[in-house]
Amino acid sequence: MEAAVFISSLVDCCALIFLSVYFIITLSDLECDYINARSCCSKLNKWVVPEMVAQALATVLMLVSMHWFVFLLNLPVASWDAYRYVKVPMGNMGVYDPTEIHNRGQLKSHMKEAMIKLGFHLLCFFIYLYSMILALIND
Amino acid sequence: PLICKFPLTAPSFDFASDRRCTSGDSSSTTTGSASPVPNSYESLEGGSYSGTSLQSPPAGVPAKLAPPFGYNYPTMHPAYQQNPAPKPDPSPSHGGYNPPGYQPYSQVLTLLSSALGGLGGVSELEAETLRPVNLLQERNILPPKRAPPPEPNLSNDLRKVNCSPDTFRCTLTNIPQTQALLNKARLPLGLLLHPFRDLTQLPVITSNTIVRCRSCRTYINPFVSFLDQRRWKCNLCYRVNDVPDEFMYNPVTRSYGEPHKRPEVQNSTVEFIASSDYMLRPPQPALYLFLLDVSHNAVESGYLNVFCQSLLDNLEKLPGDTRTHIGFVTFDSTVHFYNLQEGLSQPQMLVVSDIDDVFIPTHDSLLVNLKESKELVKDLLNALPGMFTHTRETQSALGPALQAAYKLMSPTGGRVSVFQTQLPTLGAGLLQSREDPNLRSSTKNVQHLGPATDFYKKLALDCSGQQIGVDLFLLSSQYSDLASLACVSKYSAGSVFYYPSFHHIHNTAQRQKFQKDLQRYLTRKIGFEAVMRIRCTKGLSIHTFHGNFFVRSTDLLSLANVNPDSGFAVQMSIEESLADTSLACFQAALLYTSSKGKRRIRVHTLCLPVVSQLSEVFAGADIQAISCLLANMAIDRSISSSLSDARDALVNAVVDCLTAYRANGSNIQPSGLIAPAALRLFPLYVLALLKQKALRTGTSTRLDERVFSMCELKSQPLQQIMHMVHPDLYRIDNMTEQAALHLNDSVIPQPPLLQLTAEKLTREGAFLMDCGSVMYLWVGKCCNETFIRDVLGFPNYASLPSNMTEIPELQTTYSERTRAFISWLYDFMLTLTLMQLFFSRDDASTKTSFFQHLVEDRTESAFSYYEFLLHVQQQMSK
Repeated sequence: MEAAVFISSLVDCCALIFLSVYFIITLSDLECDYINARSCCSKLNKWVVPEMVAQALATVLMLVSMHWFVFLLNLPVASWDAYRYVKVPMGNMGVYDPTEIHNRGQLKSHMKEAMIKLGFHLLCFFIYLYSMILALIND
Repeated sequence: PLICKFPLTAPSFDFASDRRCTSGDSSSTTTGSASPVPNSYESLEGGSYSGTSLQSPPAGVPAKLAPPFGYNYPTMHPAYQQNPAPKPDPSPSHGGYNPPGYQPYSQVLTLLSSALGGLGGVSELEAETLRPVNLLQERNILPPKRAPPPEPNLSNDLRKVNCSPDTFRCTLTNIPQTQALLNKARLPLGLLLHPFRDLTQLPVITSNTIVRCRSCRTYINPFVSFLDQRRWKCNLCYRVNDVPDEFMYNPVTRSYGEPHKRPEVQNSTVEFIASSDYMLRPPQPALYLFLLDVSHNAVESGYLNVFCQSLLDNLEKLPGDTRTHIGFVTFDSTVHFYNLQEGLSQPQMLVVSDIDDVFIPTHDSLLVNLKESKELVKDLLNALPGMFTHTRETQSALGPALQAAYKLMSPTGGRVSVFQTQLPTLGAGLLQSREDPNLRSSTKNVQHLGPATDFYKKLALDCSGQQIGVDLFLLSSQYSDLASLACVSKYSAGSVFYYPSFHHIHNTAQRQKFQKDLQRYLTRKIGFEAVMRIRCTKGLSIHTFHGNFFVRSTDLLSLANVNPDSGFAVQMSIEESLADTSLACFQAALLYTSSKGKRRIRVHTLCLPVVSQLSEVFAGADIQAISCLLANMAIDRSISSSLSDARDALVNAVVDCLTAYRANGSNIQPSGLIAPAALRLFPLYVLALLKQKALRTGTSTRLDERVFSMCELKSQPLQQIMHMVHPDLYRIDNMTEQAALHLNDSVIPQPPLLQLTAEKLTREGAFLMDCGSVMYLWVGKCCNETFIRDVLGFPNYASLPSNMTEIPELQTTYSERTRAFISWLYDFMLTLTLMQLFFSRDDASTKTSFFQHLVEDRTESAFSYYEFLLHVQQQMSK
């Protein structure tokens, strides 16, 4: 049972890692002018909700299986995702808005956010890996 | 215990940005790219490689050279002249009051100063601007004339060729060396640009090669250094480039071997004629589409009559050539197109009622060549007001009409002028009424300052991509959600005009304003499919942009249309220390297609000294530019967070700055509020900003008017903003010839500027307030009858009519003098100013507008100037 929980959260975490890497690549493409703002933002906005769902899934899994420490580790990221999504003003075209992305250093702050998330997901990945191995050994 | 002065939650503007510099222009150069065909605007402007040109030297091609503009402009206010001749003032010390910028030194000091100029010692000018002023004690803080922009502390040669401050202005004329020094000064660093300003003299260069730096693509400018005859060093990235052969020949003096005498290197504002390397497609013709609301509401207001008459009068003067096209689309609950094919006997109307999926009925003749179909266009304009007089349609399908306009114009691009009189209620982009009238005077947060839907933003982005600029004229009397509608102009580089409570009979003031604005709008210069790039010296980088445009990439701005009445602002940060340079340069390059189908590049270059001392930073502060930049920042903040945050941040800006000045100075703390002379108007301007419609609380302000005031503050050039925020007040019933200007045989009196307080008004006088786009003339009840008779043409006060809008042309000296003065003030204004006369007894609305501009006075919800100073002092001592 434990192993199953950790295997699924490991898979979930892998998906989140791939998503973060995709975000970073797309944002750096924009920085280097390989794509334009509109296509970049529409690509990224498409994946904002799946990312939020995946993160929420990981958090809930940890909650349900009563691994409090890991749950508390995941909670801030999940709530930040939700806050960011809800706080988008009505007139904006999603979390990533092509009219604002080059203004006010938003590109840099999005990039920083994606990097931090990548680091966080890698950390979680190793936590889940070790926990899964431990759980499999103990079974 | 020491309480932290500015708690982390107190809003303040974050002048520093820790954005890492993406090195140079690596993102936008196609260094060494061999592809001759540009495929994006970045590579266009970032540039094609100006490789070896195979053409022969332009032996017979004269470069049109005009003397440097602006310096000889005869009617320019002496305060604005760029070369103030040193006044041979016998008394070296300045007792009393001298506005900064005047250099009242004696002849000896003149020589000394010019010898020392730029060497960094404390010059006379700097000592003057750093003179400490106790704001609480100084009653007369305004200079007698509007202060000229501060002169940068450069050598005379550089000063002569530097860009005019009307075009390009920096908040700090002495650039701090490091970001830490900038943070210590607590002032924002930014540029205010007016790149497409109407110029009387503009050197146009027609050479075949445009010399640009190979790495950063900067255009050659007066501040580069020539290492020898054949090599030049870029002043922005310090790379050494070769001088091409054609450049060695100077067509003006017909001499060879003096590249530094060429016009590109002698003028900081030049216009190049762009070759086909700078075009993505053949230059487009001028295309004008007019989108007219013809619902019942619109017909009631009667704007159609005014519009059609104005367009008929100005049809010949629309900028363009033989390829100019024009089209009309009207809409209410359906969209109507007009077939104006040459050869038809009268215009044919085509109605599309499927507004969920608008299509274009015919392909050819909806946008027609103006020359060929002129008669039909005139017929249509004459018939249009009458066609809809009996309409019963009350709905407005603006969204579908805009979509139709987009489809019509997307093959070529151009300008769309939208005239709307109500909230769009039908089809895509329909809006709800969001304003709660009870909250108009709330002191808490104002809601609904941002758009309600992203439809208009998306449409603006689509239009911008197809080089279509959308201008919006809103003539409504009820709430029309300008916050959402204005987005369609904001991101497509259009302009927004608003006429609250417009009615062609009942509201003559608005009707006249509309007429004058239309006249300017239809006849002013226009540029199509434009992009602008602003480059700075290595070490400086731009992080925020303000204005109506779309930011395509880190420093490339896409402007579908560019017009001479819009200004832009940018904020900069200092990424690397500027310690090894003594000069920082900025270059704005605007690549556009003129209305005659010629591709041009207008380049402005500004050079400023770099300083390492905090006192020098304060000495070079340009308070008007700082106030405008703060206004832009405040509006951004009020939309992204809240209005009260923005207001607090403005007050904190003053507090922080004066605290930094006090901390830097070594004087003992006297009681009082000490500011350097350069910044003495800072609290006054910030107080005036806080009382603007955009940012005020506690006074009943309609949401649309507030949003429009915000749009104006973000898109107008600096002079308009300063006149709007802090208008000029003069007493004109007792003007004398003392210190008058003598220009072109006319004597222009120069009454002193008065402070904006009712204290300065008196019943025995007549006062003129110049607010830029409108002028108010207030005549007191006991004003002397000579004035009323000789200038206004009426025997006494009681006989003055209540809605005079013009000063009659009478033959008395008083009248001539007054009219000379007023037309001299007009000359500085871009739009044709509307004069509103009103008299102390009547017309409540103009009277409130007049008195609202008296910013030094206390109102029921806002401080007076003195109270504001006390408030600032109190905050400083916390």
